[in-house]
Amino acid sequence: MSRTNTLLIRTPEGVVFSQLLAGPMTRFLAWLVDWFCLLGLTIAAMIIMSLFGFISAGIAQAMGLLTQFVLMIGYSIVLEWFWHGQTIGKRMLRLRVVDAQGLRLKFSQVVMRNLLRFADMLPVLYLVGGIACLMSRRSQRLGDFAANTIVIRIPKVSEPNLDQLLVGKFNSLRGHPHLEARLRQRVCAAEAAAAVQALARRDLLEPQARIELFAEFAAHFRDKVQFPPEATDGIADEQFVRNVVDSLYRSGRGEKKNASATANLAATP
Amino acid sequence: MILDLARFVAAEQPYWTELDRTLAQAEVNQRRKLTLDELRRFHYLYERTCAGLAKINTFSSEPETRRYLESLVSRAYGELHETRGRRTRLAPWTWFTQTLPQTFRRHVRAFWLSTAVTLVGMLFGGLAVAFDTGSKSVILPEMFANHGGDPAERVAKEERERTGPSADRLTSFSAQLMVNNIMCSIKALAFGITYGVGTLVLLFYNGVIIGLISVDYVMAGQTIFLLGWLLPHGVIEIPAVLIAGQAGLILAGALIGWGQRTTMRARLRAIAPDLTTLIFGVALMLVWAGIIEAFFSQYHAPVLPYWVKISFGCTELALLILFLGRCGINRSSANTTTPPIE
Repeated sequence: MSRTNTLLIRTPEGVVFSQLLAGPMTRFLAWLVDWFCLLGLTIAAMIIMSLFGFISAGIAQAMGLLTQFVLMIGYSIVLEWFWHGQTIGKRMLRLRVVDAQGLRLKFSQVVMRNLLRFADMLPVLYLVGGIACLMSRRSQRLGDFAANTIVIRIPKVSEPNLDQLLVGKFNSLRGHPHLEARLRQRVCAAEAAAAVQALARRDLLEPQARIELFAEFAAHFRDKVQFPPEATDGIADEQFVRNVVDSLYRSGRGEKKNASATANLAATP
Repeated sequence: MILDLARFVAAEQPYWTELDRTLAQAEVNQRRKLTLDELRRFHYLYERTCAGLAKINTFSSEPETRRYLESLVSRAYGELHETRGRRTRLAPWTWFTQTLPQTFRRHVRAFWLSTAVTLVGMLFGGLAVAFDTGSKSVILPEMFANHGGDPAERVAKEERERTGPSADRLTSFSAQLMVNNIMCSIKALAFGITYGVGTLVLLFYNGVIIGLISVDYVMAGQTIFLLGWLLPHGVIEIPAVLIAGQAGLILAGALIGWGQRTTMRARLRAIAPDLTTLIFGVALMLVWAGIIEAFFSQYHAPVLPYWVKISFGCTELALLILFLGRCGINRSSANTTTPPIE
């Protein structure tokens, strides 16, 4: 059974959307954060419960024990239910528990996956759960498997700030709209995003590395579409990449306005 | 497809924003029911966004917009295509008097299997101590160390303590019992994921301990003490563990899927609400049993006459049988059931 990091869900309307699956390591880190939170909460609760010692030592001990137990069982159930599949650790690592078929997460699913932790955590440190997670095609531990849930990553939707990157620059590729259109056809999303990231972080690079990186990008994009010499001669590789990104992200008229529109969209959670 | 992205985004953005707003409202207030017009609009927005996503998927340079649309479509898909019952207002009384006993009866065969395995364990434990008294020290875990000695001596010691244990000790003892028993029950459920093997082992071992202690007391001529001590809490505690075992076996049954045509995923999806109902019921029963065991079972004659304790235990058992067997039966239609916890 091959593992995948993306779960594709096809709707009855024929549209496919993807969910990025969280791997065992990310999940372990989220669990570690939750474990520390739980530890803090338990200590705080024990201190509060010890105040009952003024009434009776037995009551204080009983309250402490029950609170500890309720926190241990209820922490994940309550948080995942009220925060739509997230705990503190999962929030920090941008993870979320969702239904494996893309449907709404049910309370019974939250309860099931959390109670089955007791099987997953055997014999120590979630060994059974970890192995199940590694073996599962959808990175499910036993609890997830029984509850029909998966844990996904929610990537941060970062907006490429094109206005800041490209302001005041003349784009020599603009004079060849048919080639720009071909460029948009041939460049895939990942390549476009990589170029934007490289431009956004260009000031962080060592000078030599910067030259080499943009030379590679420029050569790559030149291979995709051959622009006439008057559009490319005499401009640096970095400027060429800026022009390419400008052409990719701002098609047609009124581009500035719409680049901002896209920006607003992507910023919406 | 060559798409005029600028025009496309400008034209579609109001619809996406509207869908996002509708979804946010639906997620915050899950009990809210949409009117027919709102529902139509919601469906229209969903389909339009789906179409937008299909278009943008072919456009290379818009990963952010595509991701945003995927997030919108996945949220809307979950809302629109969910056919299981919506979250309803909490109704603890209805759940307790109807949902819980109905769920128990719906899976009663798993309960009988759970009981049978425990009885086999009891038989084994009873025979072990009957033929070899030394087996007690081997089989009994640390927490039952006080039963390791001679039962007659323990009874004499308990009956000499006229005041009974202190209230302080009893309170913490009660909490310990609840925590320990609920943990044991959760494990009985969770180990169902091992195709029931873990649950069966746990039930069998539980039965061995009960059988061993019971036969040991009977052989020592302390049957009345045993009944007086065990019945008040045992008639709730033991069935609670059996029900937890029942839940574990239901889970195992869904995994095995013997004689069922549905997929494993569909089977697991179908039983999840029932398992949740049963385990919450078990927790409730064990809280009650913990209180009784600490504050009632630990007092013996002459402080509390045995006939009172035995009568109390028998009454509890009769009520439990009535509750699980008869509660929630609709007089007009015996097949009517209330929805389980979703």
